[in-house]
Amino acid sequence: MRITPDRIEEAAKELYLRALRDLPPDIKRGFEVLAARETGTTAKTVLATMIQNIAVAERTNNLLCQDTGIPIYNITIGRNVEVDGVALTAAIRRGCERATREGPLRSSIVHPLTRKNDHTSCGISVPVIHVGFSGAFDGLRIEMIPKGSGSENNSWLKMAIPAEGVDAIRTFVIDCVLGAGGRTCPPTIVGVGIGGTADLCVHLAKVAATRPLGSHCADAEGAALEGELSAAVNMLGIGPQGLGGDATAFGVHVEIAATHITMNPVAVNMQCHSARRASAVLTARDVEYGY
Amino acid sequence: MAHHDFTTPVQEAQVRALVVDDTVTLDGTLFGIRDATQIAMFDHGRTTRFNLAGHAVVHTAPNVKRVEPSPSYPAGYAPICVGTTTSARMERFTRPLMERCGVRIVIGKGGLGAESAAAFRELGGVYLALIGGAAALETTWVEAIEDVDLDDLNPESLWKFRVRGFGPLRVAMDSHGASLYAAVDAEARAKRAAALAALGVRR
Repeated sequence: MRITPDRIEEAAKELYLRALRDLPPDIKRGFEVLAARETGTTAKTVLATMIQNIAVAERTNNLLCQDTGIPIYNITIGRNVEVDGVALTAAIRRGCERATREGPLRSSIVHPLTRKNDHTSCGISVPVIHVGFSGAFDGLRIEMIPKGSGSENNSWLKMAIPAEGVDAIRTFVIDCVLGAGGRTCPPTIVGVGIGGTADLCVHLAKVAATRPLGSHCADAEGAALEGELSAAVNMLGIGPQGLGGDATAFGVHVEIAATHITMNPVAVNMQCHSARRASAVLTARDVEYGY
Repeated sequence: MAHHDFTTPVQEAQVRALVVDDTVTLDGTLFGIRDATQIAMFDHGRTTRFNLAGHAVVHTAPNVKRVEPSPSYPAGYAPICVGTTTSARMERFTRPLMERCGVRIVIGKGGLGAESAAAFRELGGVYLALIGGAAALETTWVEAIEDVDLDDLNPESLWKFRVRGFGPLRVAMDSHGASLYAAVDAEARAKRAAALAALGVRR
């Protein structure tokens, strides 16, 4: 099947606007779970305000958070798809720019040296576009993530060494959560990348941070580590907004890749409580929107 | 844990009366300010025609829509989504905001550090916590964008909002040296060893 650039552009626009307004159901359930078990008085109030905000955003059709984020588009090319890659990336950029103009949205994207804002949410290599492949479905899947800067500013990479073992990974995660405090807009999803090269490790941390709640690392060892770390970070008492409480994180997600015999890299990237994402699957004639 | 309703601008005594965990709701004028705004003002010597003395500033860069100026939209901007951003990046601007501009109330999320706590104590200021990421709700507390200055920095302009029932906001840092963030941080760091032990970390 051939998917034309104009349909990709429309989906790219729509996904940015949807992601900013409509929190995925797994995150809403995550809030319910945290609110039900929270024991801190202040934290209960803070969580209630966050939950109220989700309802207000839906009622007023407004953005959940003022931060329109760094736009990230994850493209998965499924089976039986014919697509012109250059036209696809150009269509994504146009869709992102149209969402900004037609929203209207705050363009949060500037040149890193001049700090000039073109008011398009686009710039050099932004939107960030990743392309992958899957044999699991027919069509083209686009996932859009407006990644908030409060959480993105709290990103770390440590090139630990083999002699430090898995303990280096565990210690690093705890210290990153302590260092972030309330600046990441907790409760967060703590994304942990383990292994790979330096750049792959950081990328895996982002994949982990933006994965739906309730999903698990495909590797059994990685999944076990998720459980241990989720319990440990919620012992720290940082709480929602760093004002104290039990709900420091919805959970810790881990993604892993093989690494070199001399290496033991670990990266942390966090997703704030406004854990926004939206997706669309395009087939020959249809488009199906989801999360 | 008292509640206070303030109409801005405020007097030093009103701010000095606040202690952490009190709550405050604001009416009147609220100024929006951000990284680029304060870099322009305090690093590059730009000045504003607004008088910030006794006022509250919120760390923000809102989503706005350009519209025809009218009594409802005096600055030609409609507020779309007004929230807050991480305050910590703007730590070094708290003192000049207070000393040079007379600001009494700083509003944001995630808290400020020791330099700001010292400025609040010496000069009579306070930090109020907004709930980050709750911008749809906060926008319902904003009546209008009354005016804007330094708008070449848009969206990091110096915004003059008119607010009604803006809150309740928690007093998270007061003028007596108390900071909820510092207290939570110290308690969390004291739990580090227990968290690592639960993970079976040996060293």
